[in-house]
Amino acid sequence: MNVKNNSKNSKNPKNPKKSFSEKTQSPLKEAWSVFIRNKSAIAGLFILGAIILLTLYGQLFYGEDPFEIKWLPFTSPGTEPGFLLGTDYLGRDLLAGLIKGGGPTLAVGFSAATLTTLIGMSMGAFAGFFGGKIDAFLVKITEFFQVLPALLFAMVLIAVFSPKVITIVLAIGMVSWPATARLTRTEFLRIRELEYVTAARSIGMNNFRIMFSVILPNALPPLIVSATLSVGIAILFESGLSFLGLGDPNVMSWGLMIGSNRNYILEAWWPVAVPGVFIFLTVLSVSLIGDGLTDAFNPKLRER
Amino acid sequence: MNILRRVFSGLLLIIGVIALNFFLLQLAPGDTAEAIAGSMGGASEELLAEIRQTYGLDKPVLSQLFIYLGDVITFDLGTSYFYNQPVSSLIAQRIGPTILLVLSAIFLSLCIGVPLGVMAAEKPSGGLSYSVTLLALVGYATPVFWSGLMFVIFFASVIPIFPVQGFEDISLRKASFFVRSLDVLHHLILPAITLAIIYLAQYSRMARASMIETLSSDYIRTARAKGLSELTVVYKHGLRNAVLPIITLAGLQFGNLLSGAILVETVFNWPGLGRLIFDAILARDYPTILGVLIISSVMVIVANMLSDMGYRLADPRILKQG
Repeated sequence: MNVKNNSKNSKNPKNPKKSFSEKTQSPLKEAWSVFIRNKSAIAGLFILGAIILLTLYGQLFYGEDPFEIKWLPFTSPGTEPGFLLGTDYLGRDLLAGLIKGGGPTLAVGFSAATLTTLIGMSMGAFAGFFGGKIDAFLVKITEFFQVLPALLFAMVLIAVFSPKVITIVLAIGMVSWPATARLTRTEFLRIRELEYVTAARSIGMNNFRIMFSVILPNALPPLIVSATLSVGIAILFESGLSFLGLGDPNVMSWGLMIGSNRNYILEAWWPVAVPGVFIFLTVLSVSLIGDGLTDAFNPKLRER
Repeated sequence: MNILRRVFSGLLLIIGVIALNFFLLQLAPGDTAEAIAGSMGGASEELLAEIRQTYGLDKPVLSQLFIYLGDVITFDLGTSYFYNQPVSSLIAQRIGPTILLVLSAIFLSLCIGVPLGVMAAEKPSGGLSYSVTLLALVGYATPVFWSGLMFVIFFASVIPIFPVQGFEDISLRKASFFVRSLDVLHHLILPAITLAIIYLAQYSRMARASMIETLSSDYIRTARAKGLSELTVVYKHGLRNAVLPIITLAGLQFGNLLSGAILVETVFNWPGLGRLIFDAILARDYPTILGVLIISSVMVIVANMLSDMGYRLADPRILKQG
């Protein structure tokens, strides 16, 4: 109840009823205190942390080569000492693949999401801030990229520019920014009309400073949420591409493991099922964190 | 007039799609003529020259683009290097299964997702509400190709009641149309459910959120105060407004739906556009790649227009504003 009162107070400073225990906090601190009380968001943080630790430090303790043929194919999990999760259709160690494959999956996911956010944020910021012809033009470009079916276009990009990790990051970034751009544009359109922006203008700040040091910080909350969610989208995207066999064939990834074993699922389900569970858990954890951030940043939603 | 303007801007977008991808494919490494010759067996210098002439590859890139644009207007999408058939007829063979799959998935997810979300909204902290939230999380985080493969494992070895591969049973080729349609529907069930799960999850979550917001608005309180039955209040007055954001979402997401369809088609060997472009990419069959991209973009644009029209139907206020 404290939090709810508090958020109402900070919105409406004339309201004399302040809670005793807390003074009005900065919005960021307040959001954080809501976030850490959100059980599912904390669970998400823990799952994601565990997966990152597994992929980072797993290699120190279990540095087997995931591409090397080690044992008989289709060894069931737990039946052969030394192969905890069994082997795939070639006799490659599944656990080694899981550990080695997590790094690239996560790295592509996070860097593609960063790229998505950077492109989307700058397009949306310029469109929303300047309005008029610039806005119309940038909205047209955004629409254009929304019309292109993302996966198809990414497939073409990769087919044209060889399946390297960097190409895949660029491809995902290029096809997934429009949603972020639309969100940023709406926020900028809203905020640029507020009084403190007029105040900033009246003290002679230039456009660039107003955009990035006045408007952007106030537009950040929804953008942080969308950036978090785009990590999940990028991971799903990357694993889809690798599943189709359009990922980098020399880099192990969870999607690649599923894709290369999919023709043998009736002989062995585990090489397909297990990496999928890890993709699922990663995306789930990221979206739990995203949901937690949404609740934390948006006091109106907290009651739901 | 608004519709005309939208069609015009749609056409501009298509021309943009064609131009961008046309130049992009020019950047591809390797000589197209040699690729074609390679798939034919040999490559003497004369043969290469001949191929360049037949496919118009000897002209400057810009005039190639204009020739292509001119052809597209007459529905001529060029000839596939790989299949040696007109791209338009290749697409015509494959577009049916894809549209069938995508529309069934939308239909399933709307028909199950929206009522689920609406029912959940009646008790925002009840058990059903909780399940909808959980379903949305799980549906969002599950890779669609993976859930498809899990279905394949389950329905191939545990309960074999649905076929897990292909579009129809070849042994039924000579059967009546009715039997064959039933057979296709039988094959459609798993792919459609796989694709529908993601959107079902999103629509039910969205329907819940938007219904909760709608039900707390003043006009709903008025409707209740008038003594209308709860059923009328929720389904007649509430649903109409709550469904608006879902119509918009469904239209905007059509491109994602197509992307998902490509993965689902691969899992279930569904003979649609996804398989076509996938094979075309492996064979570096550029006319086919370009053709599928154009057709898919047209489909997305049409879906956006339809969702716009649906929105207008559900919300007459917009019509009045012009």
